[in-house]
Amino acid sequence: MTRPLVRPARKNPILRTRLPTLPPGLRSRVALGLTAAAARGRFELQVCRDCATVQYPPREACCACLSRRLDWRIVDDGGELVSETTLRHSHELFFRERMPWRLGLVKLDCGPLAVAHLHGDCAPPPSRVRVRLHLDRAGQAALVALPDKDTLHMADDRQLREMTCDPKFRKVLVTDAKTPLGQALVEAVVAAGADLVWAGHAEPWKKPPGFERLASLAEVSLVPLDLTNSRAVTVLAGEIGGRVDILINTADYHRNFGIAARDGVETARAEMDINYFGLLRLAQEFAPAMRARGADGQSSAVAWVNVLSIFALSNFPPHGTYSASKAAALSLAQCLRAELAPSGVRVINVFPGPIDDDWNQTLPPPKIAPARLAADIIAALRSGAEDVYPGDIAQDWLERWRDNPKALERELAALPHQ
Amino acid sequence: MAMNEPVLSRLVAGLAAGLIRIVDLTQTLSPDFPQIVLPPEMGQAWPFRIEEASRYDARGPGWYWNNFSCSEHTGTHFDAPIHWISGRHLPDNSTDTIPVRKFVAPACVIDCSRDAAADADFLLTVGHVKTWERRHGRVPPGSWVLMRTDWSKRTDPVAYQNIDETGQHTPGPDSEAVRFLVEERQVLGFGSEAIGTDAGQGFHLKPPYPCHYYMHGSGRFGLQCLTNLDLLPPVGAIIIAAPLKIKEGSGSPLRVLALVAEPATKAGARAASKPKSRKRRAPRTKRR
Ligand SMILES: [Zn+2]
Repeated sequence: MTRPLVRPARKNPILRTRLPTLPPGLRSRVALGLTAAAARGRFELQVCRDCATVQYPPREACCACLSRRLDWRIVDDGGELVSETTLRHSHELFFRERMPWRLGLVKLDCGPLAVAHLHGDCAPPPSRVRVRLHLDRAGQAALVALPDKDTLHMADDRQLREMTCDPKFRKVLVTDAKTPLGQALVEAVVAAGADLVWAGHAEPWKKPPGFERLASLAEVSLVPLDLTNSRAVTVLAGEIGGRVDILINTADYHRNFGIAARDGVETARAEMDINYFGLLRLAQEFAPAMRARGADGQSSAVAWVNVLSIFALSNFPPHGTYSASKAAALSLAQCLRAELAPSGVRVINVFPGPIDDDWNQTLPPPKIAPARLAADIIAALRSGAEDVYPGDIAQDWLERWRDNPKALERELAALPHQ
Repeated sequence: MAMNEPVLSRLVAGLAAGLIRIVDLTQTLSPDFPQIVLPPEMGQAWPFRIEEASRYDARGPGWYWNNFSCSEHTGTHFDAPIHWISGRHLPDNSTDTIPVRKFVAPACVIDCSRDAAADADFLLTVGHVKTWERRHGRVPPGSWVLMRTDWSKRTDPVAYQNIDETGQHTPGPDSEAVRFLVEERQVLGFGSEAIGTDAGQGFHLKPPYPCHYYMHGSGRFGLQCLTNLDLLPPVGAIIIAAPLKIKEGSGSPLRVLALVAEPATKAGARAASKPKSRKRRAPRTKRR
């Protein structure tokens, strides 16, 4: 049974903060198919279209019939642990610093034999395991074997925690805690065991219903933060930036206009100012300290979460300028991900469908409830994924977009406008 | 010209001798100063924002400067008649066309600080104005009427905005008082320490926002977010309030200064202990 994590001791200030090291990276393009699946938290392997053989590791041609028609598909994640080994020596700095490290050979029910990182609660071989695809600290897909059934404190496993961004005992900044989503997230992060939650709030003279309740939570500290105000972002980063382990950017400006429905550019500019420039201001001020703390002990800096929108993938004309601002934010988030990659800090992009809030009032259901979206964000932090599409609408649009982006563009254009 | 020179020379000499004091009635333009609140679906006034262009660094090695942005109605600001629909067709109604002589004018300061402390929704009435006039004389035509409420001493932005579920609660004039000042006293404009010249609940008056409606409808002006009104005498101060010359501007942030004649005895005492009195009079800066 995994020993539950204990709150880490305070950092010894005379010791140098360890610099982040990463597991070995750089894979072939075909192997990046595995990364793409892991990024979405899906267990996909290549399946031969001609003989149905499941392939591992990823390859250009079928290992059974040499067909090049290999498709990435979700496959059965069950398997049998055949043997295990404990790594005690490695030339890789990342593993040297984390010895001993358990690995196991798993015979997957779908066919292939694979080496996987072994969760501490996996019974000695032979035993049943479930295999997951997780992104490791280098952002590469890695196979993780978990015990067949969930065990107590299983998320606290030392090796698993190296691949997840669990909020437990971590310090979390929620940039806008005033919105229904912001409030739900603060509560969800507290419930997930965070040590401290900084709840950002702009324009303190506006008090939305429910917000005062947050201040009564012992773990919550209200901090003034308005992403349109560069100086305020700088000041807050100066005060807490060196302690933020997880940053969740919930700040969002959302109006429902296309081009023709609103005169002038003020609304679109306000959307860009929060959704795009706000992210840029945050990234410039908070990312440097997080980059430096990618290996800062048990509760290191681990994740940066951007709440984007499924509209970032393809413009939803009734909310046209908002969609454009989220597309801009998505592009910038990719830049941030590249810049944070060397530190092992994961950028998680969340693409919800329409949230059930004031600005989507006239959209028909299904709409994702703020509490459900908050739960999905916590789940993403605890998993090894970096792209999350919460809600039925998001899943549906994503599949249509992956299948044929032009078709989705036409379908969205044909929807009745408000 | 020859006639003017002695007048201005006396002004300069009076300033140098401390017989004339200059009071800054302006709030500091800062990103933390609150801006007017409108329902979120409406067009919004930008708050003051500032971005560094360079600070003796790679972006400009030898110099420091910023770019800033704000609404015409941010911070201590001037309202021109064109700001309101009632004043939209008047001649010379925007910041670039108002005759500049109107930017220097005397002020009447009506002290409502006690009333405002007791009731955030305090409304200035004709009765209050007439009571003030019995003590200080009739409000002269062409003068500013400044409503002192000490609202500017609320340095916490939450207290300054004073918003609850029913909206904002800040003092201002009632409809009849505005009409009286416009029609019976021919004032130049109305000034307030709160975020608007109208009361926070002014939307519910008849007509909505009467100070904006009547003042601007008659070509008069507004000043809001003033501070240091408690340093002005009830009568006698001269206000210098010149908005930026924005083409078709509806208003502008500006530096508002008041010239105040020192009582002769006080001016003498001031000359004797200059540093101390200067310190006491340093304009309060708000931390928001
Ligand atoms: Zn095959």
